[in-house]
Amino acid sequence: MRFDSVIIGGGLAGLTAGISLQEEGRSTAIVSTGQNALHFFSGCFESLQEPPQRMQDLFAGAGVRLHYREGVRLMPLGTFRPAALALADIDLVPVPHFADKVLIVGFAGFQDFFPAFLADGLAREGMQCRTVQLELPELERLRLSPSEMRSVQIARTLDRIWGKVIREVKHLLREEDAVVLPQVFGLQDPSVPEYIRQGLPVRVVFTGTLPPSVPGIRTQLLLKRRYEALGGTYLAGDEVVTAHIHGDVVHGIATRNLDSHCLEAGHFLLASGSYFSKGLKSTPFDIAEPVFGLDVVHADDRNAWYDTDFFADQPYMQFGVKTDTALHPLRDGQPLTNLYAIGSVLGATRPEFGFGAGLAVRSAFAAVDQILESL
Amino acid sequence: MNTKEFDVIIIGGGITGAGTQRDCAMRGLRTLLIERSDIATGATGRNHGLLHSGARYAVNDPESAAECIRENKILRQIAAQCIEPTDGLFITLPEDDPDYQKVFVEACRRAGIDAEVIDPALARRLEPSVNPALTGAVRVPDGSVDPFRLCAANMLDAKLHGGQVRLQTEVTGFIREGDTVRGVHTRNIRTGQEEDFYAPVTVNACGIWGQHIARLAGVEIGMFPSKGALLIFAHRINNMVINRCRKPSNADILVPGDTVCVIGTTSTRIPFEECDRVAVTPGEVDLLITEGAKLSPALFSTRILRAYAGVRPLVSADDDPSGRNISRGIVCLDHESRDGLRGFITITGGKLMTYRLMAEMATDTVCHKLGVDKSCSTAVTPLPGLEEPASEKGALICECENVTAGKVAHAIDQLEVSTLTDLRRRTRVGMGTCQGGLCACRAADRLAQANACAERERNDLADFMQERWKGNFPIGWGDMLREAEYTQWVYKHVLGL
Repeated sequence: MRFDSVIIGGGLAGLTAGISLQEEGRSTAIVSTGQNALHFFSGCFESLQEPPQRMQDLFAGAGVRLHYREGVRLMPLGTFRPAALALADIDLVPVPHFADKVLIVGFAGFQDFFPAFLADGLAREGMQCRTVQLELPELERLRLSPSEMRSVQIARTLDRIWGKVIREVKHLLREEDAVVLPQVFGLQDPSVPEYIRQGLPVRVVFTGTLPPSVPGIRTQLLLKRRYEALGGTYLAGDEVVTAHIHGDVVHGIATRNLDSHCLEAGHFLLASGSYFSKGLKSTPFDIAEPVFGLDVVHADDRNAWYDTDFFADQPYMQFGVKTDTALHPLRDGQPLTNLYAIGSVLGATRPEFGFGAGLAVRSAFAAVDQILESL
Repeated sequence: MNTKEFDVIIIGGGITGAGTQRDCAMRGLRTLLIERSDIATGATGRNHGLLHSGARYAVNDPESAAECIRENKILRQIAAQCIEPTDGLFITLPEDDPDYQKVFVEACRRAGIDAEVIDPALARRLEPSVNPALTGAVRVPDGSVDPFRLCAANMLDAKLHGGQVRLQTEVTGFIREGDTVRGVHTRNIRTGQEEDFYAPVTVNACGIWGQHIARLAGVEIGMFPSKGALLIFAHRINNMVINRCRKPSNADILVPGDTVCVIGTTSTRIPFEECDRVAVTPGEVDLLITEGAKLSPALFSTRILRAYAGVRPLVSADDDPSGRNISRGIVCLDHESRDGLRGFITITGGKLMTYRLMAEMATDTVCHKLGVDKSCSTAVTPLPGLEEPASEKGALICECENVTAGKVAHAIDQLEVSTLTDLRRRTRVGMGTCQGGLCACRAADRLAQANACAERERNDLADFMQERWKGNFPIGWGDMLREAEYTQWVYKHVLGL
């Protein structure tokens, strides 16, 4: 099978590249193992300032709404963090004191939302808090199973009965001028958080939960849907087993599911992520890139991989594949000229692109531009 | 008479202190146990969890071996709920001295240990994970023991016999009248509240920290901290304890426990200043894996969950300050006959296996001093079960270790929990494959609600994650690094801790 470009990795970087190329009429395929960092996306593009127009356009085309407003957001453990660019349902408030009286609404049995910490954080900013746990009979089935009371399962149910949530919360409101709710709305339908906002007479602040992240998974679904609507081929649950390289050119890759059929292309994009997504693989002695055997910037001494402080910037997170200025990764010191590394497989080796979601989007655009220019 | 007066004060909430309190309380004494931190925080919670048959000591230390097998048989009777009778193998590998097995088996028999030479082929059938290259095998009555449960069960029984416990309470000094200890000054670590307690006898059961406590009382004990490093693997690859049939050395015991297994240990002398912050080095990790894989080659390809280390309280047997003559046996010091200080005894040395015997020796000394004529019954009285309440409907806090919200609530209400680490010791929250990645913040929110203090709990959560990381980074590669990356990203960027 031959495509103009083949992308390894179906997370934010891979999908951004895939959609951009399809929009320009290129034929592409994405090979995705199914696990990617969107599953624990905070919803915030921390290393991006004002979004580039093409990013706004790309996301809007997929139905993913963004908003840009310098401010702070309420974190799940009750702290506030500066933020500017986020998914539309992530609330960015100008100052931490966003209300006088706040009603925090959880769902009985849902452990992945932290009202005690939120109440403390809000109280510290001078807000009066009251916490209630909604007991919805529709969630009873989930509650009976010890491991199903999780964000995604709850969101699936609440997407059907959001009107009832509005009615229940309205009944609970007394003098509060704001409501804090967990981000368990709009798994399939991105409008649900907006319906809730419009349905309640006070300010609504959606706050993060433990992963899986409902806004992150929704973003993944919408981007993938858009990619496929543009004619992209998304090979889910597959992984690359070998790469065919001749000299400084990648000719094709073989995947587990496609068996002997090789995916051939003029360009390849490596968007395979870092350790979690197995884009980088570590042993006691080495850190390697498993698909192409690329050079990886890292410390040889394992002692230098870690900071003993859990909360410090960890050296191992800085490691990533070595690239030239054109994002071509190096293999034995030589660039592979039709391969581009994008997203977190770069680690912090290309700080000009930022980190996290910002790195994914910006490096994807940079690689796409070069591919488009080269033809 | 107020509640600040007791018959005996026991300092130290490890297994020795808990066992001593139980024995004293069962002999009718009014007891108070004081612990600076939490139960089982020292060497009690930082070892193999091995129910020794004594075979390991049979050749070099027959006295310890005989003590072990006696206590092994007793613990099977009184603490069945904390024990898994797995049996153990002592294997001979091609590089080991083939004549050692004979010496070993004879020594075991002399010590009263049932040691049976079996065919290597049978050993492989009994324990499929064992190194197939083995040339000899001896079967012995080893087992595994959960030291947290054992410690908690002793403390619970002491309470049922009227004992009182002060956790998070530090002994800051002794109340002395001339050459007699009358009691202790204490300070609550959290609140700073100072309190004095009185008793005619005080027992120092602080493990390696016993030297410091003795010094507070004005007497010197020559102790030598010895660090032992261990690794926990995420799967239980062996069903029997596997030992090397050779002179005891590094990393030659692999112990199964619940769903995991533990390889250890090493032995490194460390300065006293390091006792409160022992850490495992990458070099020790490499040694443990390399040597451990000789017992069971599967260790090479099994995910490691955590590296940790404990400090053995080795005591100079003859008060020789050079440490040349170090004993691993039990040391019970009556400071009246030894130093002329009345009302103060130290019980130390020994091992988890012999805690009950140590407690008996200490309690005998206490009773002698108090003129109480009651004999020990701990060897024949089973420990109470640790009750687990019906779980809260449907809610799991910790998926790896299957800890329900009900269990967490019970621990918070009943088992003197003030931090996440306390909770971990009582419920296993955060001990599984995610190492607290998911469950720690869930449990922390419960604690914040219960204690109505979210700010303190936020710090506690940060401390807990830091403490988990301490045992994770020495083994930070492969799936462990994937898990760590996920957890560090989530706590920093998603949860905002």
